[in-house]
Amino acid sequence: MEERPFNDNSYQQFLNEEKLMGSKCKACGAVSVPPRPLCSKCYNTTMEWVPFRGIGKLAAFTSVFVGPPYMVKEGYNRKHPYIAGVVELEEGGRMDARIEGMDATRPELIKVGTPLIVTYLHRDEGIEKKTFLAFKPI
Amino acid sequence: MGNKHNLARGVTVVGAGMSKFGIYKDRNSKDFFIEAFQDMRASVDKGLDPRDIEALYIGNFSNDFFVHQAHWGPILAELIGHTPKPATRTEGACASSALAFREGVFAIASGFYDVVLVGGAEDMSKRNTEEVTEGLAMASVSYERDAGFTFPGVFGALATAYFHKYGATREDLMNITIKSHNNASLNPRAQFNMTIRDMMNAKIEKCKVRGEPVPTWKTEKEFLSDPVANPPVAWPMHLFDCCPISDGASCMLLVAEDIAHNFTDKPLYVAGLGQGSGRGLHAAEGLTYFEATRYAAQEAYEMSGLKPEDIQFAEVHDCFSMAELIHIEDMGFFKPGEGYKAIAEGQTRLNGSKPINTSGGLKCKGHPVGATGVGQLYEVWKQLRGEAGARQIPNKNLRVGATQNLGGTGGTCTMTILERR
Repeated sequence: MEERPFNDNSYQQFLNEEKLMGSKCKACGAVSVPPRPLCSKCYNTTMEWVPFRGIGKLAAFTSVFVGPPYMVKEGYNRKHPYIAGVVELEEGGRMDARIEGMDATRPELIKVGTPLIVTYLHRDEGIEKKTFLAFKPI
Repeated sequence: MGNKHNLARGVTVVGAGMSKFGIYKDRNSKDFFIEAFQDMRASVDKGLDPRDIEALYIGNFSNDFFVHQAHWGPILAELIGHTPKPATRTEGACASSALAFREGVFAIASGFYDVVLVGGAEDMSKRNTEEVTEGLAMASVSYERDAGFTFPGVFGALATAYFHKYGATREDLMNITIKSHNNASLNPRAQFNMTIRDMMNAKIEKCKVRGEPVPTWKTEKEFLSDPVANPPVAWPMHLFDCCPISDGASCMLLVAEDIAHNFTDKPLYVAGLGQGSGRGLHAAEGLTYFEATRYAAQEAYEMSGLKPEDIQFAEVHDCFSMAELIHIEDMGFFKPGEGYKAIAEGQTRLNGSKPINTSGGLKCKGHPVGATGVGQLYEVWKQLRGEAGARQIPNKNLRVGATQNLGGTGGTCTMTILERR
């Protein structure tokens, strides 16, 4: 399908194109997101790309009130917290992602298990341009 | 494959020292290490000629980032007159000095050396909190950083998964914080040498003096539930769930079993060693435990022939309150999902059936990351020799203690068992 190496760089390129892509081992069928160049189950290296639908549910989360400098730069602080979560994907596997569309100031109301759908956050311009994986409630 | 892990010859601990962890703007890692080194020398019952030390293993996570100085092996070797003998730095994030300890044990067990000094140092206070947060996050995986996870955030997320699965609440984590502060109030070397109650009283006094409205907290949990007194950092982790930023150093003198009695009549034996590697949150087996700690524990139990019930007390890596809960289950002290109930019953208190973090833990003793692994072993040394003072575990037959050290988001975990024979 695609002639891209099965690595972090390609994974990020796909995110920039609003695609959540993983790898599938042609030998044993093990699926991985993010992609991996070597199958950690059978040690084969013949992979193919598999698209993920971007549907899942919230497995764990936190509302971050004291963020690192790169999140502070985006305008987050004690008064404006953000949510980081772990999302269990429909096809199996999990991803770390930013969680949008939920009130980070009221984390006690957020439920593990909430159904989510993927969204992509495009940040900055020029050479610092990068797309971040995010999910929001369905 | 499948062989029982064993040392080719016995290794003992015959001395231990640490600096008082804290914030020291006008001192650096060399000052901290000298303090720990002199403390260690004073602890060797029959004395140590430092020239007998054959090799040095030093854990340091990220002084490269914190103070723009790498390569701490030879720097500290020079400081203690050890050059030109070898010095090696180990790095396993917050488990860096537990790795130094292991390397030292292996070096002696192999027969290559008889006398080895192991330890760690970290200098974190020269950067502001945001920078330290960023520096520590260098030990997480890139997908976690892109999602905006911080270290407290990772443990906050694990807490939500655990709460969801087992029904624990924030109040259960408060039991851990209160217990850690109670222990620390008995430890003169603790960075926060006071109980939660002491802190409440101090704040109330301050308000009275300033003529400000006096808080109405009645219990420690009311204080910890007050978002002004205990603000969220990465919900559900609040300020009092998190260890502080600290500077400090620690060290331990290891010698071959057959010469231990040249140094002391009360050596401690390295009974069990284990180390595991873990994956980031996205790839972890589960979100309510660390597979690396479970693996490390299995190794350590296998080597020692001991079982979880044989470990009489432990120092575990409570970088966050939630971490302590996970570790005591991963080490097999309590079944998965049962740890928080045992804590509520008081089993992990100083006078409980399984005292945990008698030093006050990372939360109160302080957490200069590279020094922590050996700093935890220092507490086991003190307890097993009956030298823990006011916080001595009230058990006349204390023989076996363990430590669990964690680096990154569970990427490097160790378990170490020391035994008095």
